[in-house]
Amino acid sequence: MSCNKYLLSILVDNEPGVLSRIAGLFSGRGFNIDSLSVAKTTDPGQSRITMVTKCEPSIIEQIKKQLNKLINVITVNDLTEKRYVQRQLSMVKVHAHIDKRAEVLRIVDIFRCRVVDVGHEHYTVEISGDDEKLEAFLSLLKPMGIIEIVSTGSIAVARENV
Amino acid sequence: MKLTGAEILIKMIKEQGVRTVFGYPGGATIDIYDELAGHDDLRHVLVRHEQGAVHAADAYARAGSCVGVALVTSGPGATNTVTGIASAYMDSIPVVIFTGQVPTALIGNDAFQEVDIVGITRPCTKHNYLVKDVKDLARTVKEAFFLANSGRPGPVLVDLPKDVVQSVTEFVEPGKISLKTYKPTYKPNKKQVAKVVDLIAKAEKPLIFAGGGVVLSEASEELTKFSRLTNTPVTASLMGLGSFPGNDPLWLGMPGMHGTYRANMSIGECDLMIAVGVRFDDRVTGKVETFAPNADIVQIDIDPTSIHKNIPVSCPIVGDCKETLTMLNKMVAKADKELVCPERIGWLSTINDWKSTTPLRYEQTEDVIKPQYVIERLNELTDGETIITTEVGQNQMWTAQFFHFDKPNHFITSGGLGVMGFGLPAAIGAKAARPDKTVIDIAGDGSIQMNIQELMTAVESDFPVKIVILNNGCLGMVRQWQELFYDKNYSSTLLENSPDFIKIAEAYGAKGLKCTRPDQVDQTLKEGLSFPGTVIMEFKVEEAECVYPMVPAGRAITEMILV
Repeated sequence: MSCNKYLLSILVDNEPGVLSRIAGLFSGRGFNIDSLSVAKTTDPGQSRITMVTKCEPSIIEQIKKQLNKLINVITVNDLTEKRYVQRQLSMVKVHAHIDKRAEVLRIVDIFRCRVVDVGHEHYTVEISGDDEKLEAFLSLLKPMGIIEIVSTGSIAVARENV
Repeated sequence: MKLTGAEILIKMIKEQGVRTVFGYPGGATIDIYDELAGHDDLRHVLVRHEQGAVHAADAYARAGSCVGVALVTSGPGATNTVTGIASAYMDSIPVVIFTGQVPTALIGNDAFQEVDIVGITRPCTKHNYLVKDVKDLARTVKEAFFLANSGRPGPVLVDLPKDVVQSVTEFVEPGKISLKTYKPTYKPNKKQVAKVVDLIAKAEKPLIFAGGGVVLSEASEELTKFSRLTNTPVTASLMGLGSFPGNDPLWLGMPGMHGTYRANMSIGECDLMIAVGVRFDDRVTGKVETFAPNADIVQIDIDPTSIHKNIPVSCPIVGDCKETLTMLNKMVAKADKELVCPERIGWLSTINDWKSTTPLRYEQTEDVIKPQYVIERLNELTDGETIITTEVGQNQMWTAQFFHFDKPNHFITSGGLGVMGFGLPAAIGAKAARPDKTVIDIAGDGSIQMNIQELMTAVESDFPVKIVILNNGCLGMVRQWQELFYDKNYSSTLLENSPDFIKIAEAYGAKGLKCTRPDQVDQTLKEGLSFPGTVIMEFKVEEAECVYPMVPAGRAITEMILV
């Protein structure tokens, strides 16, 4: 069976142990977490978890129902089939010898990202965007020699219905 | 009014209507026990192992249709409860477990008798709490009882650091509990329920499959009414036994791995299955692809996660079993069409043929007692008002097959987790809830030894229970698998050395009766049942007896090994 990618936006009580309940639910039932991002919301009593999970279509219903069953989960919003804006932030440390420096900067310029640290042999570039943009960016940087990538999980917000 | 944490705890427990607590003291709970001693209206039953406290609370909840309570200390006291909690979780039994904890300042320091019990029990409780401030205590206790006993019930654990129960605060009565994130659906969708009426009118071979949810929501009467109104036969899972009268002509017996021939065949052939309060456990379904292959399946359950989990369902109904069946019965009564199609007669006669050609059977010979015979005689010699608990294994399956349960909450067993050592503490808990009833634990010689220390609790607490030990000298269910599927390699299953159970009974101050001959079975049972105190009745039974029918693991449930 084929695995699909799902993007869930989960509103939870901002309490100790809540993340552990969610992580425990996934590990205990053999569900898989692709990426995870947690932060407070405007209400300090609540946190927003954005999660990407890969599973078969028959499993996602069970995942959503099991999440809803947790007492500390307020809402589970499946953004996958909706219109949403998604972002992920990555910091990419890339080799930048004297002969490649201009090319790296050209790519940075094309993708409208920016250099946040520079050394004799490297640049560190900050980029944010959706999955596709980040993938395209990395594929172009790869020939230069990527030293290290640090990324956040995805965050996403539903678009307003116009 | 200023109160200590311990005073608040006891006050709140009593306010929930609790009259009996099962527990075992320790350093972290000594302040609670100090307070408890002054309350004559809250009885504490001292068990001899914390696991027993939770099993007793579990059975107390079932027999008394209320919430069971266990109180234990930190560290090992808390970890000893885990099996009991996991069993109550699998069987959806409302139990609240209070565990002591080291003082808040020491949490995380690897203090003496410290364990992260909230972390340990997260996957086997409905919810759990660590109370860090005495001001939150009253509300947390009330919330714990509310969660345990609403929606799909389950165990809730409350961890109580020692300094929290010692500190003093102004007591504030917590208001009505309402959680914005927890709103169980009791009322079913009317349109979905109406579909069932259409389905049943069309069905030639309908079948009701009832489970523990019917017992928990006290919907037995409604279920029985629905079955009779529509002339639909009923099978019930292990947890659902007693939800439908075991002597009714429409009763098929239990389905599944050790189900009756007619129950399993009915599942294989039915064209409509109305599943009420079941979760389609693997021991019931066998190979899922071949489970009820020709049927439209209606599933009624209060927990949405139970629906579509193991078996695809064509008509899901989220709601309380009792409310749903009540609504369904009203619709059926008002229906303007014939609900029993003519083909139904043929279906019922097919089932009757299965029953008469392939009943449950065993052969009682003259010289060796068959375990099934003991249970059949016990069924005959008791009046249908008796509460039966079991251990786990062959003793449990033979009880499910050969004892006829007419009422809910009279069969108390560890269904989901399958805990050996459940039956004896459970019998004590059931007796505490229903002192007016005879309570019998049906055990094997293996499982009785897993919590045999609770004999002392039964004798001391004056909750006399009857224990039937079917002594076959082996761990029978595993031995049976070894015989059938592992070339008779009886690895570690033959209990060649067992204690003298009669002497054990006497050592604890109970009575012991031993029976070795078939013609003495009745006499032993009668003597044990009429004895007013706790009694062990040991029956030396056939070692090689197997539970049949049996569906090999992973096969369709219609592919049974018969006797």
